[in-house]
Amino acid sequence: MRGWSGPLGMLAIVLAIALAARLGRAMRPYLLATLPLVISILLVNTFLYPGATDRILTLGPVSATWTGLAEALQATARVVAFALSVALLALTTAIDDLLDDLEHRGLGRRTIFVIGSAIRTVPRMIERAGEIVDAQRARGLDTEGSVWRRARGVVPLAGPMVLSALSEVEERTMALEARAFSAPGRRTTLRPLPDRPAERALRWGLFLAAVVLVGLSVSGRFPLP
Amino acid sequence: MSEAIVVNAVNDAPPTPALLLDGVRYGYAGTRRWVLDGVNLEVAAGRVLGIVGPNEAGKSTLCLVAAGLAPAAIGGRLEGDVLLGGLSTRDANPHQMAQRAGILFQNPVTQLSATAPTVYEEVAFGPRNLGLAVDEIADRVEHALGALRIEALGPRDPMRLSGGQAQLVALASVVALRPPVLVLDEPTSQLDPAGTRLVGEALAGLAAATATAIVVVEHKTWLLADLADACALVADGRVVVHGATADVLADDRLVELGVEPPPAVRLRRAAAVRGVALDSAVVDAVAAARLAADPDTVEPVP
Repeated sequence: MRGWSGPLGMLAIVLAIALAARLGRAMRPYLLATLPLVISILLVNTFLYPGATDRILTLGPVSATWTGLAEALQATARVVAFALSVALLALTTAIDDLLDDLEHRGLGRRTIFVIGSAIRTVPRMIERAGEIVDAQRARGLDTEGSVWRRARGVVPLAGPMVLSALSEVEERTMALEARAFSAPGRRTTLRPLPDRPAERALRWGLFLAAVVLVGLSVSGRFPLP
Repeated sequence: MSEAIVVNAVNDAPPTPALLLDGVRYGYAGTRRWVLDGVNLEVAAGRVLGIVGPNEAGKSTLCLVAAGLAPAAIGGRLEGDVLLGGLSTRDANPHQMAQRAGILFQNPVTQLSATAPTVYEEVAFGPRNLGLAVDEIADRVEHALGALRIEALGPRDPMRLSGGQAQLVALASVVALRPPVLVLDEPTSQLDPAGTRLVGEALAGLAAATATAIVVVEHKTWLLADLADACALVADGRVVVHGATADVLADDRLVELGVEPPPAVRLRRAAAVRGVALDSAVVDAVAAARLAADPDTVEPVP
């Protein structure tokens, strides 16, 4: 089981929580998003695993091996476990609630601002990119067609996007200062989240379990990958 | 004067200079030019000062200096004195200035924090930074939204507002800080006539009810004619004319510098050109009626 216990254990936990929260269907896009990576992992490891000789079949100059396939499946399990755990967090936790609570627990307002603005600015940047593409298309720039043409279209898109973002930085900084962003002391939390005893106990339990698991792994009694 | 806008409601207030600019010169960091060159202005509590002038006159820079952001937040060279409630902007941190002067920029999008999920929380951003009690924050936010009649926007995503809505939200977020001085750089640039009147009413109400001193840079001189107690015409970083609103907005230099006078002034001039003497009340009534129809279509007067 060496190398399998970690990803399979994580997958079991994530899937159990996802099923309990009825998120099976909602997690499907996240699973699909891993497909390109999973396919490349399977192909590269199965056919090109260095030193493996236990052939399954031969296709021209390359051979699939059992060792390569086992390594590929293990790596795939890790990737899928990671992707689904991120999906579980995204689907079960409102980012605004998370940031509010982190701030309430003492995380600095600057850190919170950087995370929050990065998340909330992405849709705005996508919209702006669309506006710039539309504007450039209206001026005759060819933004459709072959990959090469599309790639060339990125250059005139990137310039205005970066420049406009930079030009906004100074004004946004001043606006924040004018709204007392650098005031000393703690910010007021508008919506303190309820923290039930059971949730608190579960959090501490998971934390202690992680510490024990790492301890067992380091001592060699329960090796993890 | 429009019936809807109540101005000069606290004309009897003591002339305490909430904001004083004394011999102010300012140049941006890395440049040698003085963008403001010898500006003297004073605004008492509860009064509204309108600033008009052509493009590149230094009006936006004047706003930054008056609000204490220049040079405290953006650097540059400042000569002369800028006093907010008697405190020199040289001696205060930006967050201290934030409690003495609120500023609204031309571009409302950059004014918003981009971190709040709702308009309500966006408006609460400043008061939260000050660490105010939740009840106090709720009171300020509701009051600010109510004054601009945008309560319905409360649950909306601030990043998905129209330009006009974003401008009102940005203004509400400044108002919610309740600073004794408000500096507004074209607060109605993205608003239609109805929205502009609404802002005018809200600002007049704010000045009257809370004795807030307001500096408002505005191209819509018809709004200033109703709102401002005094006006200053700024060009090339200097104050060209400063005085009572009616006098400044009727000054010939306004047109020479490319600033369109309000409809009443244009109407009076048109009548004078044709040799017609018009009673002031008639001029005001006609101008107000045409303005109410659509201020942007009032015919220019040669």
